[in-house]
Amino acid sequence: MWKFLHQLASPPHFYRLSIKFIPWLMLPAVVLIGYGFYGGLILAPPDYQQGDAFRIIYIHVPSAYLSMMAYMVMAIAGGIGLIWRMKLQHAVAAAVAPIGAAFTFLALATGSIWGRPMWGTWWEWGDPRMMSELILLFLYFGYMALRAAIDDTAKADKASAVLALVGAVNVPIIHFSVEWWNSLHQGQTVMKGAMDPEMLYPLLATIVGFTFLFGAMLLRRIRTEVLFRERRTRWVKEMILSEEGDK
Amino acid sequence: MDAFAMGDYGAYVWSCYALAAIVVIVSEWRARVRHKRVYRDIEVRIKALEDH
Repeated sequence: MWKFLHQLASPPHFYRLSIKFIPWLMLPAVVLIGYGFYGGLILAPPDYQQGDAFRIIYIHVPSAYLSMMAYMVMAIAGGIGLIWRMKLQHAVAAAVAPIGAAFTFLALATGSIWGRPMWGTWWEWGDPRMMSELILLFLYFGYMALRAAIDDTAKADKASAVLALVGAVNVPIIHFSVEWWNSLHQGQTVMKGAMDPEMLYPLLATIVGFTFLFGAMLLRRIRTEVLFRERRTRWVKEMILSEEGDK
Repeated sequence: MDAFAMGDYGAYVWSCYALAAIVVIVSEWRARVRHKRVYRDIEVRIKALEDH
């Protein structure tokens, strides 16, 4: 197991092995998200307060959870890359940023669409949950802009890793904002066991399904990042020439 | 039809699902396009070096 993980940290091994994992992540993602959406949209009864509008939860909650998880992956990978100088970790951090930004945008947009019928407003500038999530989106944009602004990959890796680590302080703020301050956003319901199983199980299925989807999306982007970073190495040249020969 | 109307919240609910589908599809499409572009650029460079 340890040997396998050690090999996986090597860019050529990772590049060759990772393509095999993508279908195994996509399959449970499709099954779980399919069940979650069917259960959430068709089988679950309407909420006694929010009616059918609550069904936005099956997109909003997994997106919001992934927006924070992706940032933690980015910060941890950046930190490991910075401390132990592992090349693959910087590739992971660079690859996760656009996916995290996409899910953060989705969490903000679906939250806003949900807020309109429930709170009577698309957006509330003073709300701590909304604002901390918006800051998360700006952190992702800042991270990607910083990487794009520095031509030297090694320097870009270091600078962006520091930004990712500093920005990680925002993640617990997002999570606990509904408890620390007054917020339009409802408090935690999933972890407190306040949901009916008919609503909860499809939600858990979509959360796990979205996590598998995130894994598949991330692997695809890491492969590209590895290929780009290793473009001048012998193994890339040999791989491309051998694939040319197979055609 | 009731499932589609979502008790007058249909526009809100379905727009969220449509947006999620668009975001995921566009993200995956962009990732695939970038991979192809990076691969092709390396391929062209290697061929140029081989021909040289």
